[in-house]
Amino acid sequence: MEKDGKSPEVLKGTWRLKAGLAQMLKGGVIMDVVTAEHARIAEEAGAVAVMALERVPADIRAAGGVARMADPERVLQIMEAVTIPVMAKCRIGHFVEAQVLEALGVDYIDESEVLTPADEHHHIWKHDFKVPFVCGCRDLGEALRRIAEGAAMIRTKGEAGTGNVVEAVRHMRAVMDHCRKLQNMPDDELMAEAKSLGAPLEAVLEVRKLGRLPVVNFAAGGIATPSDAALMMWLGCDGVFVGSGVFKSEDPPKMARAIVQGVTHYREPKIIAEVSRGLGESMPGIDVRTLKPEQLLAVRGW
Amino acid sequence: MTIGVLALQGDFAEHLQALQELGVPVREVRLPEDLEQVDALIIPGGESTTIANLMDIYQLREPVRRRALEGMPLWGTCAGLILLAKRLVQDRPQTLGLMDIGVNRNAYGRQVDSFEADLSVPAMQGGPFHAVFIRAPLVFHVGDDVQVVAELPGHGPVAMRQGNLLATAFHPELTHDQRFHQLFLGMCMSTQKTGFAG
Repeated sequence: MEKDGKSPEVLKGTWRLKAGLAQMLKGGVIMDVVTAEHARIAEEAGAVAVMALERVPADIRAAGGVARMADPERVLQIMEAVTIPVMAKCRIGHFVEAQVLEALGVDYIDESEVLTPADEHHHIWKHDFKVPFVCGCRDLGEALRRIAEGAAMIRTKGEAGTGNVVEAVRHMRAVMDHCRKLQNMPDDELMAEAKSLGAPLEAVLEVRKLGRLPVVNFAAGGIATPSDAALMMWLGCDGVFVGSGVFKSEDPPKMARAIVQGVTHYREPKIIAEVSRGLGESMPGIDVRTLKPEQLLAVRGW
Repeated sequence: MTIGVLALQGDFAEHLQALQELGVPVREVRLPEDLEQVDALIIPGGESTTIANLMDIYQLREPVRRRALEGMPLWGTCAGLILLAKRLVQDRPQTLGLMDIGVNRNAYGRQVDSFEADLSVPAMQGGPFHAVFIRAPLVFHVGDDVQVVAELPGHGPVAMRQGNLLATAFHPELTHDQRFHQLFLGMCMSTQKTGFAG
């Protein structure tokens, strides 16, 4: 053992550390919160992290206008309130909002379609940051493009703020089905497949080898009940984000605890039945088919 | 001999994989009846507040504590180390209070302060162990009965052992170096030989 007290060489902001934090969040629930009080309720209920926001997606949807990064004051209040990791959202392509969030010391940045995009062509080059990023996807190609830009964690986009799980299911199935397809594809078809996916060949080869995304993959966008959360776990995700589903429900602490248990014990219908009893009203839902094209959030980004 | 990995939340799959690569029978532990089927237990990395919470809801706290006091080999990595500690600076989570160490959660700061470093482990052959510290706990006190397995200069003890208990502030399950898993297996074997865990 070195006894000279000299500090060893340490590496920070590496890919392994970025992807590693997401690995620690697996099997957990990340909850959207807008106040320090919400954050404490979420931590108390067993959330593995919170997402600090100005408004939950359902309210962003209702308010309209331009949705931006949260006020740093609010983010800092939430960071002070809890000991679990704090995430915050920046607009797609808005690398200065991301720099600001990194300077505040948030633990993860979500480059999110829930906010109004700042750049319709380019996402942030996330390798330039020490703080890790999570990004949304609708299919495997989109996931691999974000990973190639430096995202260390992926989530489905779903359709945020609707309380309707149908889009999250669609996106998770799309990702997982494509992983399975790649595993069974002959070598000589892989280049054409990478071309049609719009993803780097190296990333395609890695997915083929692993049979899954090379980073942690959460479900998000419309999860409103413990059963929704368990359904997403069965479809192959590593954990879930719950946006409006907790704090737009009738009894947020109870709903939060129930969703946490729905994820941990997703294979046990009896436990899900038990925790789902008497939860009161879930958040009011929206039929995604009634939304106008300009009201859809998932189509933001590519 | 079956090694259990507490699978309530965190990177339990990485531990299971490392053990399977070593050819050891494994089992996920989510409920008390799972615990009855295992001879040793690993508490993985994850969020210690969440894991403690779920242990309480499904009545795992007391059985895990009792088994550990009876001699079951128990290893905690990162969040698991926090849960093993007798003393914690923060008031949450309530720990299992098994190992005589004092711990400060997230003492290094936030995620941007997470780090990787090469660790010299005197008891291990094969050169330094590349250790990954993610929002790691700081161990500021070790009791007389606790043997320090590895120390990081400037950071204090980062791996330690007390009888049947092993704790690491870093994540051996995130690198493909299985020497700490082998060390734990060695502890399990010797417990079996002496008939400790029955």
